[in-house]
Amino acid sequence: MNLKGKAHKFGDDINTDYIISGRHKFKTLDMKELAKYVMEDLDPDFYSKVSPGDMIVAGRNFGCGSSREQAPLAIINANISAVVAKSFARIFYRNCINTGLPLIECDTDQIDPGDEINIDLQKGVLHNATKGIDIPITPLPEVMLKILSDGGLVEHFRKYGTFNFD
Amino acid sequence: MGKTIAEKILSNKSGRDVKANDIVVADLDFIMGQDGTSPLAIRAFKEMEAKRVFDPSRVAMVIDHSAPSPLQGVSELHHQMREFADEQGICFYDIGDGVCHQLVPEQGHVVPGDLVIGADSHTCTYGAINVFSTGVGSTDLAAGIISGKLWFKVPETFKFVVNGKLPAGVFSKDLILYLIGDVTADGATYMAAEYVGSAIEDLSVEARFTISNMAIEMGAKCGLMEADDKTIEWVKQHSKREFTPVSADPDAVYARVKEYDVSNLEPQVASPHTVDNVSAVSAVAGTPIQQGVLGTCTNGRLEDLRIAAGILKGRKIARGTRLVVAPASRSIYLQAIREGLIETFVEAGAAVVTPGCGPCVGTHNGVPSDGENVISTANRNFKGRMGNNKAFIYLASPATVAASMLTGRITDPREYIN
Repeated sequence: MNLKGKAHKFGDDINTDYIISGRHKFKTLDMKELAKYVMEDLDPDFYSKVSPGDMIVAGRNFGCGSSREQAPLAIINANISAVVAKSFARIFYRNCINTGLPLIECDTDQIDPGDEINIDLQKGVLHNATKGIDIPITPLPEVMLKILSDGGLVEHFRKYGTFNFD
Repeated sequence: MGKTIAEKILSNKSGRDVKANDIVVADLDFIMGQDGTSPLAIRAFKEMEAKRVFDPSRVAMVIDHSAPSPLQGVSELHHQMREFADEQGICFYDIGDGVCHQLVPEQGHVVPGDLVIGADSHTCTYGAINVFSTGVGSTDLAAGIISGKLWFKVPETFKFVVNGKLPAGVFSKDLILYLIGDVTADGATYMAAEYVGSAIEDLSVEARFTISNMAIEMGAKCGLMEADDKTIEWVKQHSKREFTPVSADPDAVYARVKEYDVSNLEPQVASPHTVDNVSAVSAVAGTPIQQGVLGTCTNGRLEDLRIAAGILKGRKIARGTRLVVAPASRSIYLQAIREGLIETFVEAGAAVVTPGCGPCVGTHNGVPSDGENVISTANRNFKGRMGNNKAFIYLASPATVAASMLTGRITDPREYIN
């Protein structure tokens, strides 16, 4: 799986309220509708700035706060291909794997806003094309790779009816 | 080699001898979803082609985040939950019953030694009664209610040793805000927190819930405490289930240990817009306040209402302010009526609303206007959290909220406590 897009940069501690606010997420299960409000409280025009494949690039503790799965789903539906951060909050991390949104943990200080990023998930390589550098990334645990490769937890359960990591 | 509480519970529930960083698939004792997360879980349940939940008596859904429904879209989602609950015969709590994290322990669903997931980040609350409980998303919730299991990475543990005696006017909310300010919002990410020490032992079980509730605000997976005599008595009053408490071994291995003495702790306040932006009340005293919130899964229990009513009794909230009070459950609400606490709040000028989460999560029941300052007993002060990204939220104890409402400015509650 190869991902390609430009970086939209955010800071540390981006919580799930910022990703999709509570005043929107309780109203509907229509994720295309919710996607319009992604990151609204930090950047009201964010949704319109995204080209398909673009990536959110952030600092530490991305996705902290509430357990709302609307957060990764709204990001996916805003046509963001991956989130790249120094570290992630754990519930958000699980939710991304379960819903099929790729997460990359690496040193994001080497990525500036607008940089062109290429990621090869199989090889575990992130290439900053603008700067011409490779940035090492933390590999995903096997259980998560299994769920991701099945296409998310819904597909994993459709296939096995329960958890199957053998 | 000794084990932490988290390692022991996950060993018990997976049938394997596991330690930190192992991956396990473990049996769940109880599973809960609320109205912000259950509708997506019901959709995933159907997409997973499941027919029945694994055990209806071990599954609960709670309508608390928008209760009663303020919008047609929300009403449709609530309808889906009621239909699913009927069809599956699961435990169901409708509008007015209370906040999920109050109901799950209060109604006796969980006991010491349990492994519990909830589709709400503050599920870590039950750690106060020795339960490994943690928040998950909707798809994990669906997998849990179908299989009765979930996979976990066994967390390392961050041990907080909190000694000393809290001074008068300083409460468990101040204690946990202080710890979060110290270790920051990701200080315990991926880890279990264990809270021990004489200051924790001195607290009532109700006050301990406030601490475990906010474990997630330091990034922790759960916020565990030992079960002592107070815990055992409290659980026996609320549950008929048999249980065996789980203690950490004396030679358990911790990723990090920090010691504190809270004997001289001042009341604490978290200022906008992060929970770890904590200072002593003296540093922010005098900040004008337009709205107060008393309630939520953090501080909407009877003890909290009693403390606030003790300050508000016979007084009026300041002109130009308003106070929203939401008891955490129907039974707390009823007891507060019997004790005259609700009369005190209403006479003081407060608006008492249905038990639920509305004022904290910005769904309804008190959305502030642009530029306003709110002081709240809740657990999050993120920009936009209460429904307006141009408002400012300060977090504090019920006593500090009550005192601040009387003056219209952030106020040290010790001015009102003998």
